[in-house]
Amino acid sequence: MQQEQSLIEQENWSIIIRPSKGWVSLNLRNLWEYRDLIFFLAWRDISVRYKQTVLGAAWAIIQPLFSMVIFSIFFGGLAQIASDGVPYPVFSYAALLPWTFFANALSESSNSLVGNANLLSKVYFPRLAIPIASILGGVVDFAIAFIVLLVLMLIFGIVPTIAVVFLPLFLLLALVTALGVGLWLSALNVEYRDIRYAVPFLVQVLLFASPVVYSSTLLEEPWRTLYGINPMVGVIEGFRWALLGTTPPGPMLFVSVITAFALLISGAMYFRRMEKTFADVV
Amino acid sequence: MSDVVVRVDKISKRYRIGGKQERYKTFREAIVQTVRAPFRRLSAKHDDLSNTFWALNDVSFEVKRGEVLGIIGRNGAGKSTLLKILSRITEPTTGAIYLKGRVGALLEVGTGFHPELTGRENIYLSGTILGMTRAEVVRKFDEIVDFAGVEQFIDTPVKRYSSGMGLRLGFAVAAHLEPEILVVDEVLAVGDAEFQKKCLGKMGEVAGQGRTVLFVSHNLNQIRRLCETVAWLDRGQIVQVGDTQQLTALYETTAIQKAQDTPKDVRKLGFRYWYIEGKKVPFTNHIDDHQLTEIVFVLDMPTPIQRGHHGLVLYDSEGRVAWSAATNDIHLPQPGTYNLRYLLPSFPLKPGVYSWFMTFYETLSGQELDRWYAEQPLVVGAPLYTHPMEQYQGLLNVPSVFTVERAEAKV
Repeated sequence: MQQEQSLIEQENWSIIIRPSKGWVSLNLRNLWEYRDLIFFLAWRDISVRYKQTVLGAAWAIIQPLFSMVIFSIFFGGLAQIASDGVPYPVFSYAALLPWTFFANALSESSNSLVGNANLLSKVYFPRLAIPIASILGGVVDFAIAFIVLLVLMLIFGIVPTIAVVFLPLFLLLALVTALGVGLWLSALNVEYRDIRYAVPFLVQVLLFASPVVYSSTLLEEPWRTLYGINPMVGVIEGFRWALLGTTPPGPMLFVSVITAFALLISGAMYFRRMEKTFADVV
Repeated sequence: MSDVVVRVDKISKRYRIGGKQERYKTFREAIVQTVRAPFRRLSAKHDDLSNTFWALNDVSFEVKRGEVLGIIGRNGAGKSTLLKILSRITEPTTGAIYLKGRVGALLEVGTGFHPELTGRENIYLSGTILGMTRAEVVRKFDEIVDFAGVEQFIDTPVKRYSSGMGLRLGFAVAAHLEPEILVVDEVLAVGDAEFQKKCLGKMGEVAGQGRTVLFVSHNLNQIRRLCETVAWLDRGQIVQVGDTQQLTALYETTAIQKAQDTPKDVRKLGFRYWYIEGKKVPFTNHIDDHQLTEIVFVLDMPTPIQRGHHGLVLYDSEGRVAWSAATNDIHLPQPGTYNLRYLLPSFPLKPGVYSWFMTFYETLSGQELDRWYAEQPLVVGAPLYTHPMEQYQGLLNVPSVFTVERAEAKV
């Protein structure tokens, strides 16, 4: 019996389907083979959203722009919050840019598996593709909103320093953070539909737990470094530094990078572990 | 090295039953459960047994390269679960499946289609969802459009397509997948006759190219046309794997016997049972000719009925109404058992299995006194008089007398 089993295993099967137990490997190679799918899923999300809404792509600008105006009036104007030597509108918009991306990524990804339930129960593909695609879709909105920042910088006469070359790395960090949290939330939401209601609340809390309306220089060391536990702190301060030449993020950045990757790896592992039940539960 | 490309090895799949209400947990429940877990463990064994259901139980079979295997079985036999495991949508609870080559699953037509997107966009989307790369879709794009016959509407949103067009496009994408192993559910049951013919043709072509096909269908005629081998599933287990002609014949007779074995649902009140006048047990539910047929429904009424009326519907195996009747002014002067007789000069039904649905009402009050789905089916074994090709068989099965003579020339 045992011998027969091992004989079967020896043949060069290309796929072996068997129950998975406990933690499973991420199988990134398989995911890479489906990269076109990730692209088309992201593209579907964007194009359907733009087709269904009257303002379409304008929403990508409206969200951060209006928040910036409101923040500038209340926090910059009335509350006189220090903005690290940069005009408050640019100061807050540079933070709102990655923040809006992050906030949208959370709400999109947390609902992504449930929203694609019909696919989960009808066809096989690496399930990771769905939350990844939902987050990548936000990059387009980010790019559109970025143009507004350039206009703002032009208006306020701000020239970026050489540090601007690091900007893509900070965008990557924002992606890693969003994906890490997104993977956790999307997998949890399949089983616990409470997540959908918790996300808007979570986003609101995190907005004030991140240095969007204020600067992290308000904190003294070592608190400032510790503050980096919220990975969006590193992202936002990084954006400001790279674009506006404000105080560099310093050691807090390392803390942010570590938490961001810890979130991503644990999120991906949890996701893969729960994956086998998606089709039966969703 | 053997030529086996699919080896299903002792596959079992357990589902928890408990219905949809229990599917979504809330955090509160999860927390409560975690707290209770240590205590629950003690009684877990007992709990598990009563709340689980084995959709598949120790299923094993092999499929060779280029073989077309049909999977047959009643509803709930585990066919769909087997397909879902084969196409890696869900995992088996125990056992393993070994596959050689890429698997393409066609469990629905138009997987991943989005109504807002155009035909062109949906081809790319659905194609990649089904496992093609973008380059493959580009290569086959024209062929797909051609097969679906939607050239004119390729840049129109799919929501404006007729349902037939949508189906054609969906199937066209899937048909150009070119996997080594193709897994097909009863998707062919949809669409018009011509579309079905096209799909069957395409599947035959796929098999002809040396690829392996696993095909699930209720339609035994489709199975007979496409498959050499059949795996027969019943209650999650393999009954037999073997030659299509033999096994489908056996399956059909067993299905009929099963129907006879079930205790004739003799009820105490209302409609008790039915039979065809003049037939001998156990063939009281068989029609094998187109002669005069008298069907008797036995009704038991505990109260006299001054004026009653009733409805009768005969469904075919796909749930379509084959025949119906409504009769008014039924007078049952005393409580007791009555025979309601329907005399038909001929019953031109196509061969197959049909089922009765009966109702009985008190006319004045409008009160429903009985509603009955007869368990015993009507089995029609009469010869088929129609065109042999399924898509031309139509609704009626009427014998006709054919003559030919030379027409006189008209002046």
